[in-house]
Amino acid sequence: MRATESSTSLLRWACLAAAAVVTVTACGSSSTATGSTIAPPPTATMKPQASIGAGEGQLNLILWDGYADKSWADPFTAATGCKLNLHPAGSSDEMVSLMKDGGGGQWDMVSASGDADLRLIYSGDVKPMNTDLIPDYQNFQAYFKSPPYNTISGVHYGISLQWGPNTLLYNTKKFTTAPTSWSVIYDKAYQGLVTVPDNPIQIADGALYLMKTKPSLGITDPYELTRPQFDATVALLKSQQPLIKHYWSLAADEITLFQNQDVVVGAAWPYQTIQLKGLPNGSDFADTIPQEGATGWADTWMLATKAAHPNCAYMWAKWVSTAQVQAEQALSFGETPVNSKACAQMDALQSGSCKQYHADETGAAYFNTIKFWKTPLATCDDGSNSCIPYADWVSAWTTIKG
Amino acid sequence: MAVKTTGRLPSKGAGAAPLQGLFWRHPWLRPLLLLAPPVGWFVLIYFAALVLLLVTAFWTIDPFTTQIVQSWSLDNFTTIVSDSTYGTIIGRTVLLAALVTITDAVLAFPFAYYMARVASRRWQTALFAAVLLPLWASYLARLYAWILILNHSGLLNWSLQSIGLPPANIGYSNVAMWLVFSYIWLPFMIIPVYAALERMPESLLEAAADLGARRWRTLRDVVLPLVLPGVIAGSIFTFSLTLGDYITPILIGGASSNLIGNVVYANIGIANNVPFAAALTMVPIAVMAIYLTIAQRLGAFEAL
Repeated sequence: MRATESSTSLLRWACLAAAAVVTVTACGSSSTATGSTIAPPPTATMKPQASIGAGEGQLNLILWDGYADKSWADPFTAATGCKLNLHPAGSSDEMVSLMKDGGGGQWDMVSASGDADLRLIYSGDVKPMNTDLIPDYQNFQAYFKSPPYNTISGVHYGISLQWGPNTLLYNTKKFTTAPTSWSVIYDKAYQGLVTVPDNPIQIADGALYLMKTKPSLGITDPYELTRPQFDATVALLKSQQPLIKHYWSLAADEITLFQNQDVVVGAAWPYQTIQLKGLPNGSDFADTIPQEGATGWADTWMLATKAAHPNCAYMWAKWVSTAQVQAEQALSFGETPVNSKACAQMDALQSGSCKQYHADETGAAYFNTIKFWKTPLATCDDGSNSCIPYADWVSAWTTIKG
Repeated sequence: MAVKTTGRLPSKGAGAAPLQGLFWRHPWLRPLLLLAPPVGWFVLIYFAALVLLLVTAFWTIDPFTTQIVQSWSLDNFTTIVSDSTYGTIIGRTVLLAALVTITDAVLAFPFAYYMARVASRRWQTALFAAVLLPLWASYLARLYAWILILNHSGLLNWSLQSIGLPPANIGYSNVAMWLVFSYIWLPFMIIPVYAALERMPESLLEAAADLGARRWRTLRDVVLPLVLPGVIAGSIFTFSLTLGDYITPILIGGASSNLIGNVVYANIGIANNVPFAAALTMVPIAVMAIYLTIAQRLGAFEAL
């Protein structure tokens, strides 16, 4: 059971990163057209509904597999009468293509990730949501009330859901004190003992490291790299390749790698650490966010422009924002809830889990160290076209792995 | 009334007669109609898909929108040829497929020989079941079993250490891939070799013995030539299955274990660069075409 769970959530993440690519390209082209000032999204002026009416009896969701787990979806249907029709998507790209034409009247909501959000917003496939109808919105941690990936000029195009960092996982027998820098995964001393995700977005992790260790490159955003910055990052990752034991694809694989001491250090999600700590020799494993900071992901429930069941959609957004459901989902996936009140429920479900997932952190201190995933675009933030687009990231990743 | 009746009867007959007459006048029409659905299916689903793939390979994608640009260019093929990474990956894939095929042929021959010519009827059935049994289990389950055997604290190293030998760190490497592929595709080699051996007439062996050939001579000059088509038939499976696989490298490969399938998968699933993936797919298709031509010359298809 655990294995299946982990592999689906892992698959989802692998796809997530992959899909991010295509997503942002669309908004990239829109910013290209208008220079550095981006035209407002087509649905920006649509007025969200002011109240939640009677449920329509059903709700059609595009989501990551397991985001409507029976343990919180069945009580929702029982309470609201909204029958859920689920379409688990394999990637952000699939989500974006299913949502074309505002969901076509067929789909009501999508649990999009940060890499897909802007594309959905700028193509007019999703519309503004009224956060006043979500009571728990007030309990969201400050950053997730209006994160840049789902809120534009103060207009909310969805309700933040969960997020997570990409951490540095290590074996405590090899590292008696927590490594303070990502340099350990580029260090020849650990040849053949390192693992990183098999994912082109991993290039951003290299860029994040160079951002701090080679300031002369002038990297300011690990997802916006100019040719020299990109080449330097690729060179770093190529030099890392001989140190790698295995590029992992599924979280369960990385757990096996650490469990059997095939590797002692690597890039991971909090999920892996939690699973490893549950083992008899769990004290052998720990994770940390080194001084250079970390990358991370964040998901949002978004409302299709042509949603046919908007009332059920709002009821669902309300439901998954409650502290209890937020806590259940967080523990089921190894994610961190955006609802600050979910902490107590998490600890009630699994003692100490709130702290483990950093759900207790408030304010900007912890988030500021995290660079959330976004799709690399050819258009940099300054409007110039000198950045390396995601398609090049993918081919470079092939070259890095060899 | 009478007019009506007489009018009806001939008209009824006239409805069927022209059709039958048509079939009688054109005898090829009936088989054509019978064959049309399967042939149509084959052309549409199989052939058209292949042609579409070929055509797509000459298109490119717009880096800004990742939309397919339908203008003819050789860019994808140029990249494959000029970037040494792809050359390495193609070389690795073909080499691995060849190694796996040779390994399986060497392993399968004695096994199939015993099964076909030595074992009793009952043993034969038991061995047949043993060969086919792994195919009933999920491919992934068998892969994960191998991970448990080969990893750092796995069965292999545990066994080596308990007899005082140093550990062999072959988990997550190309060696591991070679072992796993050889294991997984072995039944596909044993079955055709077994079939070839079973069809070999006993009289030929007796004749060889009568003419004074010793065991090795018989094996070399009588048995092997007769079994070769079976081996080649089996190698078509082992070779092409290895050539197209991308799951084993993901799960059990090392740092540089990308095969052609992995690059195709990354370009479709991650980069959305279908044209490049299509271009790369042409490589295994070309390799298999060459391979099948040689196999056909060697008479492998008669043993299928």
